[in-house]
Amino acid sequence: MSRPRSKEPQAPKTRSGIEIRPVYGPQDVKQHSPPPGEYPFTRGIHPTMYRGKLWTMRQYAGFGTPEETNQRFKYLLGQGQTGLSLALDLPTQLGLDADSEEAGGEVGKVGVSICSLKDMETVFAGIPLGEVSTSMTINATAGILLAMYEAVAVKQGVAPARISGTVQNDLIKEFGSRGAWLYPIQPSLRLAVDIIQDCVDRLPRFNPISIASHYRDAGATPAEEMAYTLAAGVEYVERCLARGMDVEKFGPRLSFFFYTYTNFFEEVAKYRAGRRIWARLMKERFGAKSPQAQMLRAACVCGGHSLTRAEPLNNIARSTIEAFAVACSGLQSVFTAAYDEAFAIPTELSARTALRVQQILALETEVAQTADPLAGSYFVEALTDEMEAAILKVMSEVEAQGGMAQALEKNWVQQQISRRAYEWQRAVESGEQPIVGVNVHVSEGEQELQLQQPSREAEEQKAAGVKALRASRSQAAVDQALGEIRRAAQGTDNLMPPIRAAVMAYATVGEISTALKDVWGLYQPPTRF
Amino acid sequence: MVNVFSPPTARKVRVLVAKPGLDGHDRGAKVIAAALRDAGMEVIYTGLRANVAAIAAAAVQEDVDVIGLSILSGAHESICQRLTAELKAMGAEIPVVIGGVIPTSDFPRLKALGVKAVFGPESPLEQVVACVAALARGEEWSKDAKAQQQGAA
Repeated sequence: MSRPRSKEPQAPKTRSGIEIRPVYGPQDVKQHSPPPGEYPFTRGIHPTMYRGKLWTMRQYAGFGTPEETNQRFKYLLGQGQTGLSLALDLPTQLGLDADSEEAGGEVGKVGVSICSLKDMETVFAGIPLGEVSTSMTINATAGILLAMYEAVAVKQGVAPARISGTVQNDLIKEFGSRGAWLYPIQPSLRLAVDIIQDCVDRLPRFNPISIASHYRDAGATPAEEMAYTLAAGVEYVERCLARGMDVEKFGPRLSFFFYTYTNFFEEVAKYRAGRRIWARLMKERFGAKSPQAQMLRAACVCGGHSLTRAEPLNNIARSTIEAFAVACSGLQSVFTAAYDEAFAIPTELSARTALRVQQILALETEVAQTADPLAGSYFVEALTDEMEAAILKVMSEVEAQGGMAQALEKNWVQQQISRRAYEWQRAVESGEQPIVGVNVHVSEGEQELQLQQPSREAEEQKAAGVKALRASRSQAAVDQALGEIRRAAQGTDNLMPPIRAAVMAYATVGEISTALKDVWGLYQPPTRF
Repeated sequence: MVNVFSPPTARKVRVLVAKPGLDGHDRGAKVIAAALRDAGMEVIYTGLRANVAAIAAAAVQEDVDVIGLSILSGAHESICQRLTAELKAMGAEIPVVIGGVIPTSDFPRLKALGVKAVFGPESPLEQVVACVAALARGEEWSKDAKAQQQGAA
């Protein structure tokens, strides 16, 4: 093949750098994938996909006080949402109580503030936990929040075996991109695997981890996003196996979470290729025999960095394209971000409109009526193969670094991602990467949005509440439970039983996290960029 | 590359890029840090979860010309309040600029706290660089009509 002459314009490329040809034909399709529901699940994990079960519409929500979040949850369920997704504020994510000095200004801001079991009881008051499934974006303090959720269910009369949902519990991506870490890398991963092990043994309907791709929102290309996420999956599988856990038992419990942007066809190819690679890894490398242990089950967010602050209503079009890509890709759960995401947490109007995008796709288009509707497209099939190769290339680079945990310890992943973010920004500013309303078709004058006002009382109210709680409970019971946590942290016993006991004694998120911090210390973040 | 024609007294602009508060989304902070470095400035990055007292102390100790804060969590007002108080207590007059997810309605309150400029997610890098350079020269950075429309004020 002759190289293009330098005078010709550069051939268009996908965001992962794959060249896009002007037209594709049968000669570009190198392999034919088995039907949906069959190994390696390129075309989907179920034979009939959304005819059997539609994707779960799961909007991320939660802010201010537990009372406010309880109201928003009831509103969303009333609007036809099918699963809950609990957004937690940063102090809760980082093991700080609302009255701690470090939490100043952050209480109830990006999610709801949960200090103790009491708050969790309020968030889910009147919501039957045997019937809804709940996803919690919680990582460093995942074990505590999971124990609280289980305790609320038991108080409602729901057996632990019946609760369903997901805790994100993916610490690898916290070190790699999202930044909500607490303890150093090794004890963080030990706690994550403790949660996986405990869930596999005790909570058959709860996903103990959602291996997540925040690398993408931090700057990684789609191929890198999938590669880092699957490489993180490999790291967790190896750590589970090292404990003697059975791959047939924990394999089916691993779930994934991805970002979807407007690069429609590349996103579809990314998911098809990702499923193919994961199934092969589980089968060939880890010896998983059951299809359930080989399937890549995934949720996703449509939005994030792809949404703009300029002309925010354009974001409805963006999340529609993104959600359509996801529906064409056969993922299990979808969160469409609200058009005002680049400004603040959503209002009722923006949250409802985001949910409506999914409902329109599911009910007014044919996308849910047939599995893998883009299969056989010369372009999509060729791109699936090319994405597979691109993802495998990055995965082998991670392997060469010693796997994800070591690549993070060396700051390698972080620097790769920062470089990509900078390249992207340069491409946007040079106009090479068009973004409508931002660097092309820019309109004069911004329209004013009606924004959700953060509740300014949440912090004081929560701080007073946690102080009152400490005065009302049995301190002796709390101290004993925290002592058990320290003892388990020093050894190798699973941390979940003592965490559950502490939660039941109304120990706070801050107290339990401090007990672990006493033993493990804190992670020191890199300052190289 | 070293500019051999630089007069001996020329000192590189020094900037502290800080990520205060609990939020871990450092994409913006790192992109800005890289852009300022590419513009020939010396950039010190605090890493995540820098506390306010440590930011003020580092700024004074490193003798920086400008402090850039990246805040996406909604805690900007509380953080800026504490930082400007801390700097004042140390007798330091270092201009502070802030970038991140900041509602326009909060701009006046931040300005009142002494913040020199607020940048949004789509502010062009060259505008941020120009602002930092101007503040480092001791000039006020003026927002022109174009800047405002592109998300900065």
